[in-house]
Amino acid sequence: MDRAATADKIAALIAPFNKKEVPITDATTFAGDLEFDSLTVMDFVAEIEDAFDIIISMNAQAEIETYGQLVDAVVKLQG
Amino acid sequence: MSEGIDEADRPQVLEGAGTDLFSKFDPLIELRRSLLATGQEDPFSLVMERVVSPTVAVCNGRETILLGTYNYMGMTFDPDVIAAGKQALEDFGAGTTGSRVLNGTYAGHKAVEQALIEFYGMDHAMVFSTGYQANLGIISTIAGKGDYIVLDIDSHASIWDGCKLGDAEIVPFKHNDIEAMEKRLKRIPAGAGKLVILEGVYSMLGDIAPLNEMVRVAKENGAMVLVDEAHSMGFIGPNGRGVAEDQGCLDDVDFVIGTFSKSVGTVGGFCVSNHPKFEILRLVCRPYVFTASLPPSVVATAATSIRKLMHGSNKRAHLWENSKVLHQGLREAGFQLGTAEPQSAIIAVIMPDLERGAAMWEAILKEGLYVNLARPPATPANMTLLRCSLCAEHTAEQVQTIIGMFKRAGAKVGIIG
Repeated sequence: MDRAATADKIAALIAPFNKKEVPITDATTFAGDLEFDSLTVMDFVAEIEDAFDIIISMNAQAEIETYGQLVDAVVKLQG
Repeated sequence: MSEGIDEADRPQVLEGAGTDLFSKFDPLIELRRSLLATGQEDPFSLVMERVVSPTVAVCNGRETILLGTYNYMGMTFDPDVIAAGKQALEDFGAGTTGSRVLNGTYAGHKAVEQALIEFYGMDHAMVFSTGYQANLGIISTIAGKGDYIVLDIDSHASIWDGCKLGDAEIVPFKHNDIEAMEKRLKRIPAGAGKLVILEGVYSMLGDIAPLNEMVRVAKENGAMVLVDEAHSMGFIGPNGRGVAEDQGCLDDVDFVIGTFSKSVGTVGGFCVSNHPKFEILRLVCRPYVFTASLPPSVVATAATSIRKLMHGSNKRAHLWENSKVLHQGLREAGFQLGTAEPQSAIIAVIMPDLERGAAMWEAILKEGLYVNLARPPATPANMTLLRCSLCAEHTAEQVQTIIGMFKRAGAKVGIIG
């Protein structure tokens, strides 16, 4: 799946977690802009993992702060 | 840039100094300040001035029933245990002043490891200075770079810290969710080492894991399995070996982690295993090597206690009865509990928020009952809990007294109608 298709799929998955309907760009941060707490992060990561059939280990999550970084990571993890 | 200096998320700059490294604790300092400013008794500064028995102590000047210790089997004042400790203190001195691998292994350390081997019916036992260090040491040592650790999201802090100390890839799954665990195991790249970490009893809500199913799935997917049985040892299972024994899957568990600071009644931690190469861990496990071994009196009390726990079936039956009676009594009084049925010696009473939880904790303390106040981040789902842990030495009468105290305090604070 290319970057654009991956980004579309992730955008759809974010929607239910984006309670305040913050506009999403590559620079949007999960902790700051989207106000994800650790429980939300866990649920959201599980959704992404299941949708793409990948593992995003906590080691990998530590490197992901923005939406753009998540899309890049998912593209890479799909191989 | 804002001029505010009191924003908790911005490091406060001190005159003539660098950034104050303590600024990061400001939100917690403020939370404590505002809670105690209401006149609330500090739930985290309780002092036990005198300990009368496994179930009664004098706390902050009041005689108090203890319902928040992990002294599940009441072994702390067992006469045989005390006598063994005194004798070892006389014969071997106050401490070893040495590492297990150098000059810190005495006859008593080998004797307590032998007691564990017999208690669990396993080939090897390794004793650490605390249960925390047992998890820290075993997990960080056996799962290395390129390996994967798949663990329950509600795992104890010592398990998470063991993950953090090591170099493995860390993959958590939703609490007790067999399918979520299986999916993650199947996604791990071929050839990578896999360790699944589970607990028998999860100590915050007192719920147990479906270990029989989870261990089977882990094994089918080529993983080694580590189960922390800290809160079940001595109590759950026909021989008190824990939840894995109770559910008939102990033979498939590669590593059992446990502690001496709960049912055994002293302090220390251990790992038991049948792995043929297990003994090499004594040389490569840093939290085992680079710390002093347990004092001789501690290992002597532990060995005596463990051998007595092998024959503790009457006490186990009484503790189950206590757990059932308290669970039913609190449920009928209108409290919301962590589990629908009692699953362990822990009964968690769910509080609506931290303020009312702390008020309830204080009201109960003034009734003459100690329970643990647990709050995030230690608790799952940001819950505030009053955690009750029962002891085999609580009498049936004490349990009824406890239920009465909960009812009066709950009505006073407005938790129940």
